[in-house]
Amino acid sequence: MHFLEAIRLALQTIRAQKLKSVFSAIGVFIGVTFLIGAWSIVNGMNRYMTEKFAGTLVGVNTFHLRRSPNVTFDVEDSVWRAWRRRPRIKFADATAVTLGLTVPTVTAWYSEGRGSVEYNGKVAKDITLEGATERYFDIMNLKIADGRAFTPQESKAGTTVVVLGYDLAQKLFPDVNPVGHSVRIHGLPYRVIGVVERQGNLLGISLDKFVVAPALSPIQRDVNPPGVVDALIVKANSEPEMREAMDQTEAVMRSRRHLRPRQDDNFAMETSEGVLDFWKKLSRILYAVGPGLVGIALVVGGIVIMNIMLMAVAERTREIGIRKSLGARRRDILRQFLAEATALATVGASLGIVTGIALSMLLQALSPLPASVSPFSIVLGVVVGGGVGIVAGVYPASRAARLDPIAALRQE
Amino acid sequence: MTALQSFRTGDTPLPDIVILTHKLARDYDMGGEVVRALRGVSLQIRKNEYVAVMGPSGSGKSTLMNLVGCLDTPTAGEYWLNGQKVSDLSDDALARIRNKEIGFVFQTFNLLPRATALHNVELPLIYAGLPARERREHAARALTSVGLGDRMDHRPNELSGGQRQRVAIARALVNAPSILLADEPTGNLDSATSAELMQVFGDLHRQGQTIVMVTHEHDIAAHAARVVTLRDGVIATDQLQAA
Ligand SMILES: Nc1ncnc2c1ncn2[C@@H]1O[C@H](COP(=O)(O)OP(=O)(O)OP(=O)(O)O)[C@@H](O)[C@H]1O
Ligand SMILES: [Mg+2]
Repeated sequence: MHFLEAIRLALQTIRAQKLKSVFSAIGVFIGVTFLIGAWSIVNGMNRYMTEKFAGTLVGVNTFHLRRSPNVTFDVEDSVWRAWRRRPRIKFADATAVTLGLTVPTVTAWYSEGRGSVEYNGKVAKDITLEGATERYFDIMNLKIADGRAFTPQESKAGTTVVVLGYDLAQKLFPDVNPVGHSVRIHGLPYRVIGVVERQGNLLGISLDKFVVAPALSPIQRDVNPPGVVDALIVKANSEPEMREAMDQTEAVMRSRRHLRPRQDDNFAMETSEGVLDFWKKLSRILYAVGPGLVGIALVVGGIVIMNIMLMAVAERTREIGIRKSLGARRRDILRQFLAEATALATVGASLGIVTGIALSMLLQALSPLPASVSPFSIVLGVVVGGGVGIVAGVYPASRAARLDPIAALRQE
Repeated sequence: MTALQSFRTGDTPLPDIVILTHKLARDYDMGGEVVRALRGVSLQIRKNEYVAVMGPSGSGKSTLMNLVGCLDTPTAGEYWLNGQKVSDLSDDALARIRNKEIGFVFQTFNLLPRATALHNVELPLIYAGLPARERREHAARALTSVGLGDRMDHRPNELSGGQRQRVAIARALVNAPSILLADEPTGNLDSATSAELMQVFGDLHRQGQTIVMVTHEHDIAAHAARVVTLRDGVIATDQLQAA
């Protein structure tokens, strides 16, 4: 029997046994869809975290000196309470650390709070109020779209100037260029000198709803108790230099805090690695759960197919008996069932790929979860899903094809 | 070779022998208990013979037919088909024999339920490797010759019992086999339809077809020239009868 003959036969059978065919295709379809979908979420999160999240929150070759880590995962209550009891980072600490650093670095102060910003009667609520020094923009790679950042002089003098985030600028100044206009933050006027480029969002939260004013401007009263900063941000040129800067920072801080050698640091230095650490813990769970889900989907799909095949096996065994009694060789039977199962698996897998990709795009559009379809998952989905489909289709047939024709014919 | 040689010494020239069995046996192992369905059947059937196999239920008629039709494997004994020792053949060679040499008609028809009459008759030609056009021509001719030229696109459930059995006969004959085996071909048919079927068999026999047919009914067996009776898995009688 020709191969084309086998394919034609398969298509005939598929048409004749529509319901059975639909179900076995669905089995493969479910498996492939889930595999691609679940994988794309884990994959997307992973890429997102390594490429964007860590860099956005901390910056490359950068560490933050803080009272306690900002990005945390699964911290026990007692630890957290201990962190809250630690002394805050003072202006004087930040200055001393900056002076104590001998490796080439760029530093900035940073504090944040929440509040509203007002212009001409319009109020934008729940805005991140940031007090920072002038190098903050460089370090965090915030490009100015319009106007300028503040100068060292303005920073030092605490001038009431402000740089707006993109969304905030859009909201308060839908028609005019905000530069040169004056906004009010908690009642005090600040002159807008620039707008930062659009940052997009992180896990669904807009990164463009903020204002940055000089750390020594009156905004300091809105973000922290007097003389306190949330973080001293230190950016070095390379990873080893960053490590050295961290050592120096630690030394300065320990001596300022009069810590004895046995005592732990009562401050934190957070790096992007630390943030990634958090992600790694999370992704370990996701990677454990992801393949589990995929496995379940495939098992379910496989069981669906197996059941359908078993349901049909009595009838198909008779068919095999009839065909063998008329001169079909074992390989003719196998070829027929292989073509049939492959056709069904191909249909199922193709639909699975399309739906899997659509699902992950939908997920990305409707939820803050980032998703990214990986070619590997498609290959894996097709190989595993298709493989399950084909094995489930061919295995019972291959067993029946080994019987004497009369034995196959006798099966009920 | 002993059976063959001993037969050579007989009065019939070898090329005329289509079926030759020697002490053919078939046991069924029913979970410890062995059912000896066939206990040494030695049988010779010449070209263009018309043989009826009779015997009580359970005497081993179907078992014998299945062995002769290469649908089953004997437990012991030897079987030559057209001088070829079947028990030595590979799986693929057996498939070829089932395809080319044997036409089998079952009591329950054994048609593919979802295929048309034409496709059912085409099946042996597919496995013979004939191209599609020729297949359709051959199959159509075979169906026409059994009087079903106008029922080719009907599925089995759209045909009467007699018509189904004709489709099965067309299918059995489409590859011009050297023997036609029929296991109770009239078992599911009423007497009028049975008579028609016997007409078809008679015509085939006159055209030179070798036929072996199992039946319970004496009036059906009366159409055959020779009646072999089985009892408890062995041949009890083997008689020629006047046509
Ligand atoms: N697949 C099987 N497994 C076990 N025993 C079997 C099997 N097929 C047949 N037998 C037994 O072998 C014996 C002969 O069976 P067989 O079908 O050849 O009888 P038969 O002469 O064709 O009977 P009937 O006239 O009822 O069709 C019986 O005792 C039967 O029970
Ligand atoms: Mg029987």
